[in-house]
Amino acid sequence: MTEEEWTAVKLSLLVATTATAASLPLGITVAWLLARGRFWGKSLVDTLVHLPLIMPPVVTGYLLLLTFGRRTPIGAFLADELGIVFSFRWTGAALACAVMGFPLLVRAVRLSIEAVDARLESAAGTLGANPLWVFATVTLPLSLPGVIAGAILCFAKAMGEFGATITFVSNIPGETQTLPSLIYTLTQVPGGDAGALRLTLISIAISMLALLGSELLARRIGARRVAT
Amino acid sequence: MSFEIDVDHVREHFRLTARFSSAPGLTALFGRSGSGKSTLVDVIGGLIRPTHGRVAVDGQVLVDTDRGLFVPKHRRRIGYVFQDSRLFPHLSVRNNLLYGRWFARNGTGGSGDLASVVELLGIGALLDRQPDSLSGGERQRVAIGRALLAHPRLLLMDEPLASLDEARRAEILPYIERLRDQAGVPIIYVSHSVAEVARLATTVVILSEGRVTAVGPVLDILPLADASDAGSVLDATVARHDEAFQLTVLASAAGELQVPRLAAPVGSPVRAYIRARDVMISLRSPEEISALNVLAGRIAAVVPNPNGAQADVRLDCNGAFLMARLTAKSVDRLALVPGRPVFAVIKSVSFERS
Repeated sequence: MTEEEWTAVKLSLLVATTATAASLPLGITVAWLLARGRFWGKSLVDTLVHLPLIMPPVVTGYLLLLTFGRRTPIGAFLADELGIVFSFRWTGAALACAVMGFPLLVRAVRLSIEAVDARLESAAGTLGANPLWVFATVTLPLSLPGVIAGAILCFAKAMGEFGATITFVSNIPGETQTLPSLIYTLTQVPGGDAGALRLTLISIAISMLALLGSELLARRIGARRVAT
Repeated sequence: MSFEIDVDHVREHFRLTARFSSAPGLTALFGRSGSGKSTLVDVIGGLIRPTHGRVAVDGQVLVDTDRGLFVPKHRRRIGYVFQDSRLFPHLSVRNNLLYGRWFARNGTGGSGDLASVVELLGIGALLDRQPDSLSGGERQRVAIGRALLAHPRLLLMDEPLASLDEARRAEILPYIERLRDQAGVPIIYVSHSVAEVARLATTVVILSEGRVTAVGPVLDILPLADASDAGSVLDATVARHDEAFQLTVLASAAGELQVPRLAAPVGSPVRAYIRARDVMISLRSPEEISALNVLAGRIAAVVPNPNGAQADVRLDCNGAFLMARLTAKSVDRLALVPGRPVFAVIKSVSFERS
């Protein structure tokens, strides 16, 4: 494996992990609101969350560029006030991946929260737990398998994200050239076939490891729950 | 400790109008299914927001729709034991029991600590088990303990025995009695079983089609209950034991009753429950019959049942009330009218220790 390929693999892992970790708190919150909340504009929120799933990734990437580009008001504010720059940085790749993986995360978590018996939650309420505590001590632990599944889906999506990433942050080696971007590049140059194939196999291996890991984790949680 | 309830709640085709106030001990909400009992406890517990009304416990107003006041359930300190115990499946029995403690900031409930609650309910051996390995009866006992340990100032129990078979019920009833007598927390107990109410209740509130039709002490109110296993309650004491025939003689206001040998010592109070359909009426003192218990009394009232085939006859036996369920034909043939002296022949008596 060449230095270039190894860099892309490491970058992809960093981007996907960052995207997943950053999405989780917000994703769980949104999933909870959609599953249990009753508020005006709920279907609008639902649609917005799902938009990246149905829009062409290139469109999502372009919208990100229009919103978070260095010269846009939001991009300028983030850069000047908070020192966060997204455009043409690995952080931008993470943002693009997070946005693309978000609907998958929210869907999985929402389904598992909806499967939690609401009667247990009201029982916790009568025992003195406020809604936040009910969520932390009853809803979240009981929907943990769904949260893990959602996180893995989000991670896998982030590992494979191509369209939005390349549109938003381009394909800069060492900075934004993720695994799929490099595979694409290698297929465009003569003699790149072997490298593309190596990276394809690595990509498959990472996906399978992630799936296996989540299975093991879910099983351990299940086992702990029925252990006497 | 006191509570006041005055609620008018409308839900689609159903209207619940209830107004009653506190009594110490165990208050039973009694009525057929669909009479609004569970809705009423849900209003008290804060699970339902009533369309109109006021709920106050211990002087604190929890709901007052006129003032737009609604205290959420987690700030009410009202324990709730559900029909389906609702134990947390991901926590051990011990952690289920201790769940409420995390939130009980001012532990002034007086219902004791883990050790005494565990002792009261006999669940010491279950502490390290998971809820799904428990039997239905054990689960309900843990659910009661969990509610108690949150230091409630009022305990709601919504048909806690309804999902259990007869043997499991018999297993739990003594624990609920101990709770009523020892825990010092007033209880509102929902039930549609006359036998349960007769055994447990201090005060009875009868609900019918969303309205309170009667409120009062169990001895006065229960005979008015309209149910298939309706009957009457007699408070009695053990007078003596007849060892030769394995019988126990009870003394009550209505007279002496002979029943199968009870384990209770002489002088101890017992509560006898006599089903209306186990009582026959005779105009003359019956002789040479197998029934041991014949009480003299006077007819207080004759209440025909809605279907017209039967009637409930209330007897005044020396101040104690007894109810007999007869066919309308018998009432007509014997010309039973209020004031007429009669004899009640009691076929069987079920006993609940009090």
